Amino acid sequence: MRRLGAGAILLLLLVATARLALAFEPSERLADPVLEARARALSKELRCLVCQNESIDESSAPLAHDLRVLVRKRLLAGDSDQQVLHYLVARYGVFVLLDPPFRPLTWALWLGPPLVVLGAGALLLVRARHGWREPAPRPLSAEECACAAALLGERR
Amino acid sequence: MLVEIGHFALVLALLVAAVQGFVPLLGAAQKSRALMDLARPAALLQLLFITLAFAVFIHAHIVSDFSVLNVFENSSLEKPMLYKVTGAWGSHEGSMMLWVFMLALFGGLVALFGRGLPASLKARTLAIQGLLGFGTLLFILFTSNPFARLYPVPSDGRDLNPLLQDPGLAFHPPFLYFGYVGFSICYAFAIAALIEGRVDAVWARWVRPWALTAWCGLTVGVAMGSWWAYYVLGWGGWWAWDPVENASFMPWLLGTALLHSAAVVEKREALQRWTLLLAIMTFGMSLVGTFLVRSGVLTSVHSFALDPTRGVFILVLIGVVIGGGLVLYAWRAPGLAAGNPFAPVSREGALVFNNLLLAGGMATVFLGTFYPLFAEVWSGVKLSVGPPYFDTTFVPIVVPALAAMTIGPVLAWRRASLATAMRRLVPALIAALATPVLVFLSDRSAPLAALGGIALAAWAMAGVLTDLADRAKIGKLPILVALRRLRGLPRGTWGYAIAHFGVGMLIAGVTVSTAWRSERIETLHPGDTMAIAGRELRFGGVAEGSAANYRFERADIVVSKPGGAAFAVHPERRYYPVAGSSTTNTSITTNGFGDLYLALGDPDGKGGWVVRAYYNPLVPWIWFGAGLAALGGLVSLSDRRGRVRALRTVPAAAPRPAGSD
Repeated sequence: MRRLGAGAILLLLLVATARLALAFEPSERLADPVLEARARALSKELRCLVCQNESIDESSAPLAHDLRVLVRKRLLAGDSDQQVLHYLVARYGVFVLLDPPFRPLTWALWLGPPLVVLGAGALLLVRARHGWREPAPRPLSAEECACAAALLGERR
Repeated sequence: MLVEIGHFALVLALLVAAVQGFVPLLGAAQKSRALMDLARPAALLQLLFITLAFAVFIHAHIVSDFSVLNVFENSSLEKPMLYKVTGAWGSHEGSMMLWVFMLALFGGLVALFGRGLPASLKARTLAIQGLLGFGTLLFILFTSNPFARLYPVPSDGRDLNPLLQDPGLAFHPPFLYFGYVGFSICYAFAIAALIEGRVDAVWARWVRPWALTAWCGLTVGVAMGSWWAYYVLGWGGWWAWDPVENASFMPWLLGTALLHSAAVVEKREALQRWTLLLAIMTFGMSLVGTFLVRSGVLTSVHSFALDPTRGVFILVLIGVVIGGGLVLYAWRAPGLAAGNPFAPVSREGALVFNNLLLAGGMATVFLGTFYPLFAEVWSGVKLSVGPPYFDTTFVPIVVPALAAMTIGPVLAWRRASLATAMRRLVPALIAALATPVLVFLSDRSAPLAALGGIALAAWAMAGVLTDLADRAKIGKLPILVALRRLRGLPRGTWGYAIAHFGVGMLIAGVTVSTAWRSERIETLHPGDTMAIAGRELRFGGVAEGSAANYRFERADIVVSKPGGAAFAVHPERRYYPVAGSSTTNTSITTNGFGDLYLALGDPDGKGGWVVRAYYNPLVPWIWFGAGLAALGGLVSLSDRRGRVRALRTVPAAAPRPAGSD
């Protein structure tokens, strides 16, 4: 588990009990290093459904262990990474994906950031182009002239 | 008896906050000096009462007074004294006390140090601060009473969550809250300025030190939290984009933007409206960070079902503070004086660019954090938004800001030439190109993104050094003269240099530790060895024992490196019987350039133990960098204070510079 307790440290009370075991176990490892690397990479993108906000790679929950074993079984059976993900989504819903897919429900999620930044940037640029001109020096008021004269006089 | 005095002090503080919140506002509106002057004693009195209540509360924890429900639930007789004190703010009620204490502390500081402030601005600022205190005290007294009693009195408590019995987490909340709540002063100044209808350099000169103070605290708080996650959670990561982490990161991003835009208001009287908006939203995000996360609406490991009165109260409080601030802004901001014009390529322009990207980054983090909630409400589909999303969306937004961070400080105010700036930065440019090439030559498999990150880090660090050398005219003047010039640079310049250099170190730490980290996870029997990052680990076995309020299983591992002395390390697992839970205590050996990180896992039942070993190169630079950034803020602050004092001696009728209206 990996969290920092911003303001809500007390909320950690809940998770304290699940800390004994630590995530991925050596006994789960596949003999083929290429397949194993793919399994680890996939594990990092899959959510542990009972712990929330933790990937199955980090989680110590029994379900995460089962999912890690399941991912490896699918890979051994010859599935591609995409097929493994589809297999899991079909069973557990999109909730299992830490990387949300691009579909109508998530359009705003994915397009929001670039649109906000580019839109605001374009707006600023247009305004800057139109707004900027060398301002003509404003003539000093009588009061300011007197003040300037006094200051200059002081220096001399 | 003492506990009742504490409770009563809290009630008195509420009444004082009501006076502090309403009377000076009325006074400022009616131009009544007497009513306005009430703000200062009220703020100090409120600080006194809240300090008294907080002290009583901490005292109850120190003496383990289990007749107080909160002490019973969060303490035990066996708990070490340090954690009896710091455990006082380890619970919901306790952290609310810490929060309101910080609020009163900042109000009191403004009352004490704000002698040169224009009377009406000061009265209104302290009044807003009083109103914030009023809302928080209402929340505490009606939904989260820290002084609730318990009868019959139990003989021992339930102990504090063992995870919180750790020096990192013991001091993380005070820093974090210092930061969160420090921005309340900027909020109060912004609201007061909107009521006054005037934002100028003088206003910014008052606000900036407070923004800097809060920002330093928040930076340290966020860094401490991340460091805690790193050493306590046992897998070597330091940031997970968890809602609770994001909650502290959002006000940090906006606070950083606020610092920079307030500088523009102070130096050039431009961007006034934007700065006001930032001040409102930074504190708004602090509120969201403290309260919304604990209201239980977010799906996070940290969420738990609070009783709905708290949740509703929190939403109303946030709604009034942010909504009220924005409504006032929409109403009053258009009437404010327009800022001085500047060319797109200028110091101001660079700071606008930085603000745009920091605010955009904040919006991204906000969207990612709250989207699952929105999506579930309107479609019923449960979504996950995890680290892959933030890596894809947030990183491209902040990278240009980080690249521009080096250029901005060498641009002239008002109107600058990019070519001139780049010419001044030629040495930094060379460093930014050469470093990744050298790294690539030593590791041909280096990922492109990592090389980019290294270029960015080198650009930031070398950029600062180049700029300092340039300002001191090193190489142009005799070296002794140049060094004297270097020493004589304003504190503000040194502050920027230290902070930006720290950000460069942070980028280097993040990049290198992500790209070149090594990991070994093996089941070891006594006598077994495994190798990681050129080191040999010999597993000696696991010993059991007990300490103050926990039992432990402690591994004995000898680390040796060819040509280096061998040494023993002892990662352990602890079990706290009273709390009924366990923690892992990792062993981290650092040389400042990399950490050997060991954690003890489960036994396999056949005499073997799972040992997790990581080598995280350059990871300490993440916290060195954050520490330097905060230090830079402090150095800058020491400059500002002098300037504010100097300002006071200027006669009130000093004419404003031409063209400022």
